[in-house]
Amino acid sequence: MTPSNSAGERTAAAEEALLRLSRFLTSGETSKDLRSVHLSGGREADSFYRELWSHDKVVSSTHGVNCTGSCRWKIYVKDGVITWESQDTDYPSVGVDRPEYEPRGCPRGASFSWYSYSPTRIRYPYARGVLVEAYREAKRVHTDPVAAWASIVDDPVKRRAYQQARGRGGLVRVDWDEAVEMVAAAHVHTIKRHGPDRIAGFSPIPAMSMVSHAAGSRFMSLIGAPMLSFYDWYADLPVASPQVFGDQTDVPESADWWDAAYLMMWGSNVPVTRTPDAHWMTEARYRGQKVVVVSPDYADNTKFADEWLAPHPGTDGALASAMGHVILKEFFVDSETPFFTDYVRRYTDLPFLVSLEQRGSDHVPGKFLTAADLGQGGDGAEWKTVVLDSATGEPFVPNGSVGHRWSSDEGSWNLDLGSVVPTLTLHSGECSTVEVSLPRFDAADGSGSVMRRGVPVRRIGDRVVTTVFDLLLAQYGVHRPGLPGEWPTGYDDASQPCTPAWQEQITSVPAERATRIAREFADTAVRSGGRCMILMGAGTNHWFHSDQVYRSFLTLLLLTGCQGRNGGGWAHYVGQEKVRPLTGWQTLASAADWHRPPRQMIGTAYWYLHTDQWRYDGYAMDALSWPLAEGKLDGATAADCLASAARMGWMPSYPTFDRNPLDLAEEAAELGKDPVQHTVDELRENRLGFACQDPDAPENWPRVLTVWRANLLGSSGKGNEYFLRHLLGAADTNLRTSANDPAVRPRTVTWRDEAPEGKLDLLLSLDFRMTSTTLFSDIVLPAATWYEKHDLSSTDMHPFVHAFSAAVDPPWQTRTDFEAFHAIARKFSEFAKTHLGVRKDLVATALQHDSPGEVAQPGGLARDWSRGEVDAVPGRTMPTLTVVERDYTAVAERLASLGPVVDELGVTIKGSVVGVGPEVNWLAEKNGVSASGRPLLDTDSKAAEAILALSGTTNGALALRAFQVLEKRVGRPLTQLAHENESKRITFSDTKSRPTHVVTSPEWSGSESGGRRYSPFTINVEQLKPWHTLTGRQHFYLDHDWQHELGEALPVYRAPLDMQRLFGEPRIGPNGEREVTVRYLTPHSKWSIHSEYQDNLLMLTLSRGGPTFWMSPADAAAIGVSDNDWVEAVNRNGVVVARAIVSHRMPEGTVFMYHAQDRTVNVPRSETTGKRGGMHNSLTRVQMKPTHLIGGYAQLTFALNYLGPTGNQRDEVTVIRRRSQEVEY
Amino acid sequence: MRLMAQLAMVMNLDKCIGCHTCSVTCKQAWTNRGGVEYAWFNNVETRPGQGYPRRYEDQEQWKGGWERTARGRLRLRAGGRFRKLLSLFANPDLPRIDDYYEPWTYEYRTLLEAPLGDDIPVARPKSQITGEPTQPRWGPNWDDDLGGSTEHGTADPVLAKIGEKVKMEFEQTFMFYLPRICEHCLNPSCVASCPSGAMYKRAEDGIVLVDQDACRGWRMCVTGCPYKKVYFNHKTGKAEKCTFCYPRLEAGEPTVCAETCVGRLRYIGVLLYDADKVLEAASVENDHDLYPAQLGVFCDPHDPEVVKEAERVGIPHDWITAAQRSPVHDLISRYKVALPLRPEYRTMPMVWYIPPLSPVVDAVAQSGFDGEDSQNLFGAIDSLRIPVEYLAELFTAGDPEPVEASLRKMAAMRSYMRAVNLGDTPDASIAEAVGLTEQELKAMYRLLALAKYDERY
Repeated sequence: MTPSNSAGERTAAAEEALLRLSRFLTSGETSKDLRSVHLSGGREADSFYRELWSHDKVVSSTHGVNCTGSCRWKIYVKDGVITWESQDTDYPSVGVDRPEYEPRGCPRGASFSWYSYSPTRIRYPYARGVLVEAYREAKRVHTDPVAAWASIVDDPVKRRAYQQARGRGGLVRVDWDEAVEMVAAAHVHTIKRHGPDRIAGFSPIPAMSMVSHAAGSRFMSLIGAPMLSFYDWYADLPVASPQVFGDQTDVPESADWWDAAYLMMWGSNVPVTRTPDAHWMTEARYRGQKVVVVSPDYADNTKFADEWLAPHPGTDGALASAMGHVILKEFFVDSETPFFTDYVRRYTDLPFLVSLEQRGSDHVPGKFLTAADLGQGGDGAEWKTVVLDSATGEPFVPNGSVGHRWSSDEGSWNLDLGSVVPTLTLHSGECSTVEVSLPRFDAADGSGSVMRRGVPVRRIGDRVVTTVFDLLLAQYGVHRPGLPGEWPTGYDDASQPCTPAWQEQITSVPAERATRIAREFADTAVRSGGRCMILMGAGTNHWFHSDQVYRSFLTLLLLTGCQGRNGGGWAHYVGQEKVRPLTGWQTLASAADWHRPPRQMIGTAYWYLHTDQWRYDGYAMDALSWPLAEGKLDGATAADCLASAARMGWMPSYPTFDRNPLDLAEEAAELGKDPVQHTVDELRENRLGFACQDPDAPENWPRVLTVWRANLLGSSGKGNEYFLRHLLGAADTNLRTSANDPAVRPRTVTWRDEAPEGKLDLLLSLDFRMTSTTLFSDIVLPAATWYEKHDLSSTDMHPFVHAFSAAVDPPWQTRTDFEAFHAIARKFSEFAKTHLGVRKDLVATALQHDSPGEVAQPGGLARDWSRGEVDAVPGRTMPTLTVVERDYTAVAERLASLGPVVDELGVTIKGSVVGVGPEVNWLAEKNGVSASGRPLLDTDSKAAEAILALSGTTNGALALRAFQVLEKRVGRPLTQLAHENESKRITFSDTKSRPTHVVTSPEWSGSESGGRRYSPFTINVEQLKPWHTLTGRQHFYLDHDWQHELGEALPVYRAPLDMQRLFGEPRIGPNGEREVTVRYLTPHSKWSIHSEYQDNLLMLTLSRGGPTFWMSPADAAAIGVSDNDWVEAVNRNGVVVARAIVSHRMPEGTVFMYHAQDRTVNVPRSETTGKRGGMHNSLTRVQMKPTHLIGGYAQLTFALNYLGPTGNQRDEVTVIRRRSQEVEY
Repeated sequence: MRLMAQLAMVMNLDKCIGCHTCSVTCKQAWTNRGGVEYAWFNNVETRPGQGYPRRYEDQEQWKGGWERTARGRLRLRAGGRFRKLLSLFANPDLPRIDDYYEPWTYEYRTLLEAPLGDDIPVARPKSQITGEPTQPRWGPNWDDDLGGSTEHGTADPVLAKIGEKVKMEFEQTFMFYLPRICEHCLNPSCVASCPSGAMYKRAEDGIVLVDQDACRGWRMCVTGCPYKKVYFNHKTGKAEKCTFCYPRLEAGEPTVCAETCVGRLRYIGVLLYDADKVLEAASVENDHDLYPAQLGVFCDPHDPEVVKEAERVGIPHDWITAAQRSPVHDLISRYKVALPLRPEYRTMPMVWYIPPLSPVVDAVAQSGFDGEDSQNLFGAIDSLRIPVEYLAELFTAGDPEPVEASLRKMAAMRSYMRAVNLGDTPDASIAEAVGLTEQELKAMYRLLALAKYDERY
């Protein structure tokens, strides 16, 4: 024993003595070994934490944030003050043999109460000081507020003065009366001078607080102002959904992940972006589910993966194509899998016949063969597609195509094939063959080339036809004996598209692994009856060519019979929010109970034009088309495409004409003409133009914009610096590029040499916290938070509807959005008496999905009346034109009561018209009636009650009636799905007391009857109800002219846009001068929901305390950056200053700036420009894909948030460099 | 025998998604006030990583917990009370604020109140301690998701031990999360460190608390706790720590962190143990024996003798029944899938962990199944991404065997249930191979996968 040890022992002995002593000094019971003290009594001090815990009441509410969580939270209130929150656990059970939904929530939601009393809380109305002074001054001259407003906006100097003050501080407190007066005056003046379509409302994601959304949207709809779409604008809309399914995104609830036997998470980081649902994924593994993660970085969900595939960002389509190649070869060609072939025959367009067309010396895939091509006449023959009956070998026109939906043959819109088995392939020992030319885009710069591969054909009349299946095999490079052309020699042939070896050189994923996963996937599908699921999200959906990526994913699911099954199919989770009580919300939000149709605008196009991003396009559309395109898009920029789409009635366009639509109607009246005819004549004679053909003309500018429940400028605004310069006219911006080279200017859109700066007269926002949007607003109204109001919430992640409840009253001078819009409406109606009165409004709307508008343009031909290619016929070859009479003096009264139009016309559920007489009567009893006898909607709770009463999902009787209507059209029994809930009615108070399970309704495509979990398209598969597509089946093939131009009739791999080729940005990699060019990705953040919570102190404390770039050690080393160093990212669109997080979980050549890091917190000035650094969208911009603009053609027909150009942002690159570590604010 | 009841928690790390909801709900309820801005009774660490406070596991530096003397006795590593009395006013082993982090906030008011200027208003950071402008340079979760891994990750004390096994390279990336609260130890070194006798273990449920009246703020407990889960409130001058949410438990609710855990990975239950065996178990010579020794301290709640003794010492009947249906007992003693955190600190911690599983091929292969069998869909990768050695350092003082046994049981559950899922006949030998009956395997599946609310607590 060493001396020190014995010293230690001696010390120990002394301690021992002390311990013995101390037990007599302690009141508790000391253990025999003297190591611990147990206390039973004498613990009065315990009360300290009991008092901390005590509270006066607990109120259940939720968070109205765009996360799709719809979680129920308990809000604790003490002394009238909100203290904290924790999750409620009272979800009804979803089954004894599966996990439950409790306790939904995430750290962001858990930190929400911080906002209630935080220093960023907006407590009073504010307005821009320069504007307020001007207004007060004007009021001294003009007693009439509308005249006062006009005197400011008509004066270029005054107008410019307050526009240039935008975003530079100087907000001053005003009272509600003055704020509302200015807002109302601006609206009245704008309608009178420019037209109601020069006003717009932007408020996304109704499901996250339906009443708050509908209050403002209803006001906009009543005055004739367009509401702007958001789902496509957010790039969350997977355009493949309308393309393939003909349905707005419809996905399984998260409890259905449990049912899957194989789960691929592909570009969807579930623990971060679906935090409350992630447990289903972790738990389903214990039920033997295999989990594969496809992610370019080691994302959070990778931790749970049995396998991790890390393709280079944006190359997912190549991997999926190779997997499709393996499945087609091994499960269809080498041997037949009856489970698969039976499915694709019944539920997909694979057996349908397509004509081949001669183009020069080539054959190219053409249009679907239709009954009209067979010489059959009759109703809708051009819309009835054709298969071959395998028994007779003759063409057969099956039920279920869109031609059966809108024609007189009621009862034939179904998928019942009787005894007919459609022929899948024309291939046989002695078939005729034709070599077809097909597109490929796998060159490094993304440009197209042609491959020639044979397909089996036969002649029908004067047409040479083949099946979609045969074309698909050719596109995917799966060879069969006797077919000519260039084919892969095997899986290891890297020269030919779609082989595993080919994808390896693009993605870096080993060919062997791609092959094996594909095989496992298909094998599991067979063994589990189609229970393979692909959970996909922003990582694969926010790219320019995401529709193609998704189509290559859906190919895997459709081939393996997984769609329309519990536990199978696609699970698209990004921004997919679901308003379960859809019909009621739609009715209220669009004021369809007073006027139809509402103006609804595609957001992406709106911002693209009005922020003048169209002036900075680097390329025309021939850069995207394939070599054998007909050239219909040659030389056309996205702005040209947009103008075409507006003229042809494909997409809405607001402002619509270069004239006030009220004046158009009035002119017609003066001329004694029908306003619609007058408008058509004016257009034909070129006296009237579309506003989008000259967006920079002052008469075509948007003038008033209201943003609520949103942070447009700090979150979704792709091309932030363009917004600031052109739409807002802010004084100084970080925009670093210059306008288009004359060679790539639009051909059909007027170019003005001077670009306008400052189009908007008024930017109004309603919020409870300060964001970029409020910083740039002219007037900011203080909003109640989600713990201070009554509203409704739902999501597609769970099957419940539940309520927001006010835990406390709105504090200070805050008001609910509902109260704010009603106050504005009252003042508006008052001013309207002298300025507007009752007016006729000429409303132009696009051809509408789920209406006869989807059979307007047969054959999918792009024919423009303005070029004389077709007659100008409203509602067929051009927009639908409708005259709407608006009593502007009655807006407030109409806002607050349910209008009579629903009594006459009912409500429309996906094209079915359903009467709601009983519901109107019920609401009159429940809510009371207005002076004119209409059911009242004058409080948020009454509006919520109306939403629930007018929706099938929350009113079983209505669901039953809707199924009765649908049953007639389909001709097969459907009402059995609704009988069990006929008497179930969910009231607002039900949703307050507990989350309430919705019922099966034709508003959605899945059945929940019998207590099963929701999965989309189960009604289609099980009840043979068609999809809302051309063939009535799920589509591999899209034969519209513009799809053909881009070479995208079939799923084909398209690389991320080459930003050097298109915009001259540097190539990816270091340049040897302490700068590195990297792919710039903006995935969703762990510490925020979009920009919400990213300014929250708790979230900032748990993260890095401000904006950051995640980068790889190699990229950091190339520019000499250490962890937490300040860096600066620069590209042509703008500048961002942030700190670096260096981590080996990042792949080289790619940085992440997590989405929606607003510039409000810890953003210094940039070294490059000396101005405040930007936010994540300062480096991005809008780029539109022309195929997203297609309309009037079956499933490719517009509906709001169903189809439209996406605001994709993932293809961008940026230069990053280390900056001075001394920063200035 | 001295039978006592103890509330304990098991966290299934295999289900932890690292969301930090637990941290936030705990913070909002308990430490959302002056003096404890920096204190997180519950925190979540990304591993590999340094943890919070930085490198708290390095007891060479921080001197937490107990050490075994050459004569087989336990002594506080920081020195016993004698040394503590001598160093009352200059405790050398306290983490500084920089080892936690300097709490900060922002000049939010600027956003609303900035006068008309030349640029966009911004809220710049300032210290919550001094009110002066500052820049965040470290936080309570700075290395979340491997942030700064190449610079900070290497300072993970576990990596220092297992050395070359882990490379900070993209292809070999792994991570998992470790949520931590107070361990409410059976042999708490914080209690033993307190010169004022202000810390105590509640007799009825074993919760370790600080008497807010008696605490004199000597901070010896902060040093004594090897998990660094006692915090000093710099406003009141007293120690504060996780209370296992006793005000909620007393009202029949689980702890905030457990109830709000959206991963549904926390289990709370009653364990019966023999308090007389604690010292002996904590004093076993070999660190590897600490885990089995602690298992030996627990009593079988179904043993009639134990029940009788429990009734004799006045443990209420409903506590005895709770011990019998305790999920914690099942996971720790019956299935033996949960393991203690850092048993080598010899405090006999009572928050245990099921180690993270994925991916599992090696574990499957070692259990006697063919990891590359094409029908075995879990046989897909050539190595366990998380090195067993890393987990063993955390849970079994470096002994890989119990960790592997736990992982094998989890993998066996998945293999067995895959057959059920696909409608095939499950292979009974899968359960036997990992020492469980089929019935036990199914019961474990129910507890871990379905994890119903009333079975978690």
